[in-house]
Amino acid sequence: MIPELGHLALILALFLALALALLPTVGVIRGSALLMHSARSLAAGLMVMLSAAFALLAHAFLNNDFSVAIVAAQSNSQLPWFYQFSAVWGGHEGSLLLWVWILSLWTLAVALFSRQLPLDLVARVLAVMGAVAVGFLLFMLLTSNPFARSLPNPPLEGADLNPLLQDPGMVIHPPMLYMGYVGFSVAFAFAIAALWSGRLDVTWARWSRPWSVVAWLFLTIGITLGSWWAYSVLGWGGWWFWDPVENASFMPWLVGTALIHSLAVTDKRGVFKSWTVLLAIFAFSLSLLGTFLVRSGVLTSVHSFAADPTRGIFILAFLGIVIGSSLTLYALRAPAVVGAADYGWLSRELFLLTNNVLLLVAALSVLCGTLFPLVVDALGLGKYSVGPPYFDAVFVPVMAVLLAFLGVGPASIWKRSRGAQLWRPLLPALIASVLVGLLFPIAYGGAFHAGVALTVCLAAWVLFCSGVDLRNKLRHAASWQAGLGRLTPSYYGMLVAHVGLAVSVAGVGLTSVYTQERDLRVAPGQQVEVAGYDFVFAGTEPARGPNYTAERGVVLVSRGGRQLAELHPEKRRYHARADQVMTEAAIDAGFSRDLYVALGEPLGEGAWALRVHYKPFVRWIWSGGALMAFGGALAAADRRYRLRRATPVPAAGAEPVPAS
Amino acid sequence: MQRLKLFIPLIIFLVLAAFFFVVQKRIGSGDYDPQAMPSALLDKPLPAFELPDLLRGDPVSAAVLGGRIALVNVWATWCPSCHYEHPYLVRLAQQGVLILGVDYKDEPDKARQWLLEKGNPYVAVVDDRSGTLGLDLGVTGAPETYLIDARGVVRLRYQGPLDERVWRETLQPLIERLQQEARGA
Repeated sequence: MIPELGHLALILALFLALALALLPTVGVIRGSALLMHSARSLAAGLMVMLSAAFALLAHAFLNNDFSVAIVAAQSNSQLPWFYQFSAVWGGHEGSLLLWVWILSLWTLAVALFSRQLPLDLVARVLAVMGAVAVGFLLFMLLTSNPFARSLPNPPLEGADLNPLLQDPGMVIHPPMLYMGYVGFSVAFAFAIAALWSGRLDVTWARWSRPWSVVAWLFLTIGITLGSWWAYSVLGWGGWWFWDPVENASFMPWLVGTALIHSLAVTDKRGVFKSWTVLLAIFAFSLSLLGTFLVRSGVLTSVHSFAADPTRGIFILAFLGIVIGSSLTLYALRAPAVVGAADYGWLSRELFLLTNNVLLLVAALSVLCGTLFPLVVDALGLGKYSVGPPYFDAVFVPVMAVLLAFLGVGPASIWKRSRGAQLWRPLLPALIASVLVGLLFPIAYGGAFHAGVALTVCLAAWVLFCSGVDLRNKLRHAASWQAGLGRLTPSYYGMLVAHVGLAVSVAGVGLTSVYTQERDLRVAPGQQVEVAGYDFVFAGTEPARGPNYTAERGVVLVSRGGRQLAELHPEKRRYHARADQVMTEAAIDAGFSRDLYVALGEPLGEGAWALRVHYKPFVRWIWSGGALMAFGGALAAADRRYRLRRATPVPAAGAEPVPAS
Repeated sequence: MQRLKLFIPLIIFLVLAAFFFVVQKRIGSGDYDPQAMPSALLDKPLPAFELPDLLRGDPVSAAVLGGRIALVNVWATWCPSCHYEHPYLVRLAQQGVLILGVDYKDEPDKARQWLLEKGNPYVAVVDDRSGTLGLDLGVTGAPETYLIDARGVVRLRYQGPLDERVWRETLQPLIERLQQEARGA
C-alpha cells in the first residue's frame, strides 16, 4: 500500500508541476496578479508532494520491501541502514526521483527568497522551473517508475547495492552533484525569464549571481567527493579517469565557473549580457546532457545505468524541447547589438572575458573528446577511444594559460588599467614564483623537472598575486585589522577560491609526477621499502562485515625505525552479489603525502600481491576543491545580495504589473 | 545580420540533437549497439600483423601462439581498468593460460616499467603504439580480450576487465568447448 501512496504522490506532483508551469504563465500574459501569486503556493505544494514520494521510497528501502522492484535490485536486508538509505539513489529510477526532488527544493527556495523581486519575474522563473519538473516527472512516470512492484511473487531477499557504492563518499556524492546540476536550473530559469520579459538588464544578473554561486559550490563539492571516492574505492590510487560520466559532471562545472565570472561583469558593468545568458543556458543544458548520456546507453562507462533506448528517446525529446526552445528564444530575443565598448585593453572586463573563453574552450574540448568516439562510430568510420592522452594534451595547456591570467585578473580594474600600474606590483610575485618553480623540483625531487617547475610556478603565481592584491587593498586602511574588516566576504570568497584552484593544480601536478607505486609479492613477515618508508606485511586475518566477509591484511609502516601507522587493506567478498570481490585500500593520509596500500591477489602460502603507493600531495587536490567550495560559500553569503530591498529596482521597460 | 549570429548555438544544437536521435533510433531498432563488438571479426581469422615486441624488439606475429587456444589482451598503462585487471591476468598465466598482449597506443617505457613492477603474464607483447593492430581488431577501448581458437579464428570478444566471474561464466566454458572440438576434430 505504501509504495502506491508514493506513486500517487508522484502523480499529484506531476499535476502540481503542470499547474506551476501554466497558471503563472497565464497570469503573466493576462496580467492577473492572482494567478502570478499562485506560483509560490504551487512551488510549495510540488515540494511537499515530492518530499512525500521520496520519503515513501526511502521507507520501502529501510523496511526491506522487496516487492518494490528497485528495492529488490539495489538493496539487501543485511545492508547497514545508511547504505539502505543511499541505495535509494543507487539506480536509475531512484536517482531520477532524487533529481526532481532537489529541483523542487530549489524551486521552493526561489519562491521563498524572492520577496523583493518583481512579481511577474518570480512568476516567470517559477513557471520555467515548473516546466522542467513536468518533463522529469513525465519521464519518471512513463518510463521509469521507482515504485513499480514485482508482484505476485516478490523475492525474499534483495540483490544488494553495488559494493562499489557502499562507501561513505558515495552516500553524499550524488546528492551534492545533483544539488549542483539542478542548481543551474535556477540561473537557467532567470535567464529564460529575462529573455521572455525582454528585461535583460543588470538587475537580472544581480539576482542570478548568488544562486549560480551556490549551485557551483555544490557541484564543486560533488566532483571533489567523486574524485576522492574513486581514489579510495577503486583500488589503484587513481583520482580522475576522463570517463565520459566524469566529463559529464566536469563540463557544467567549467561552464558554471565561466558563468559566475561572466555574471560578475554583467552585474558590475552591464556588458556581456548575451554572452552571460548563453552561458546560463549552456550550464543547465550540459547538466541535462550529462543526465542523458548516463541513462541512454549511448556511452559505455563504469557509471552508466541500465541502458534503455525508449528512455533515451524520451530524454532526447525532452532535451530537444528544453534546449531547443531556450536557444530559439535566445536567438530571437537576446540583444543583438553590442553596446559601445567602454573598456580597453588590460581592463578587468577583458581579463574576465579571457577567463570565459578559456573555460569554454576547455569545456568544448572535453565535449569533443567525449562525443568524438560516438560520432565516428555512428558515421560508420570505425571505433575509436579517446583516452587520457588526448585530454591531458588539450586540457593542460588551457589550464596553464588560464592560471597565468588568473594571477593578473584580480589586480586589474574595471574599464582600463594602466600597464605599468598593473605590472609593477606584480613583478615581485612574478620573480618569486619563477624562482620557486625552478627551485622546487631540485629541492624536493633532487632533479629538475619541467612539468613540476611549470606547475609549481603557476600555483605560486596565483598564490603570490592573491597576496599582493590583498596587500594593495589594505594600503589605504588605518591599520591592517581595520582594512581586513572592511573587505567584503565576496572578495575573500574570490581569494579563497583562487588559492583553492592553485592548491588543486599543485596537487595534480606533483602527484602525477612524483607518485611511486610498486606491485610486490609479499610473504608474511616480509619487509619492503617504497620512497623511504618501510612496509612490513604481517599477514592477513579473516574479518566479517554486515554483508561481506574479508581477508584483512596487516601492514606496519615505519620510517627510520619509527612506526608511523598500521594499515588494514581488505579484500572483501559480498555474498548477495555472487561473491563479488572488492578491494578496500588502506590509506595513511598526510599533508604532504599519502601512503596507499591495497591487497592484490592471494598467491598461496599466506603470500599476497601487495600494491603500495607513495602519493605526495594527493590530498591537495581535494583540499583545493574544498577551498573552492568554501570560497563560493563566502561569496554567496555576501550581505549585498540581501540588501536589495533597500534599493528598489526600477522596472524599466517592463510590462505593467497590476497592484495586488 | 547581427541577429543571425545568435542562431549559431541553436543550429549547432539541432545538428547534435539530430545525430543523437538517429543513433537512438538505430539502437532502438536493434541494428546498432554501441556496447557490442562489431561482429565483423567474430568467427573470422585474427588479422595478420607483424609488429615489434615491446620487450625484445624483434617482430612478433600470430605465429607465436603456435596454433594453440589463446587470449589476446589489449591493454595500456593509461587505462584504469587495466590496473584492476592485471593481477588476474598474472594469475591466469600462472594457471597455464596462453595470453598475447597488445600494448595499445601507449608509451613503451611506461609499459615496460609496468610489466617489470606488476609481473608479465604475456607470452609476448606486441608494441602497437600507433594503434594499427587495434584498428584492425576494432578496439574501442582498453582493456579488451579476444579468444582465439586453435585455427587462429576469433571466437569471442570481451570488452572490459577480466576477473574471476567473467572467466568462470564466459571464457572458461567456451575454452572447454573449443578443447573438446579440437579433440573431436
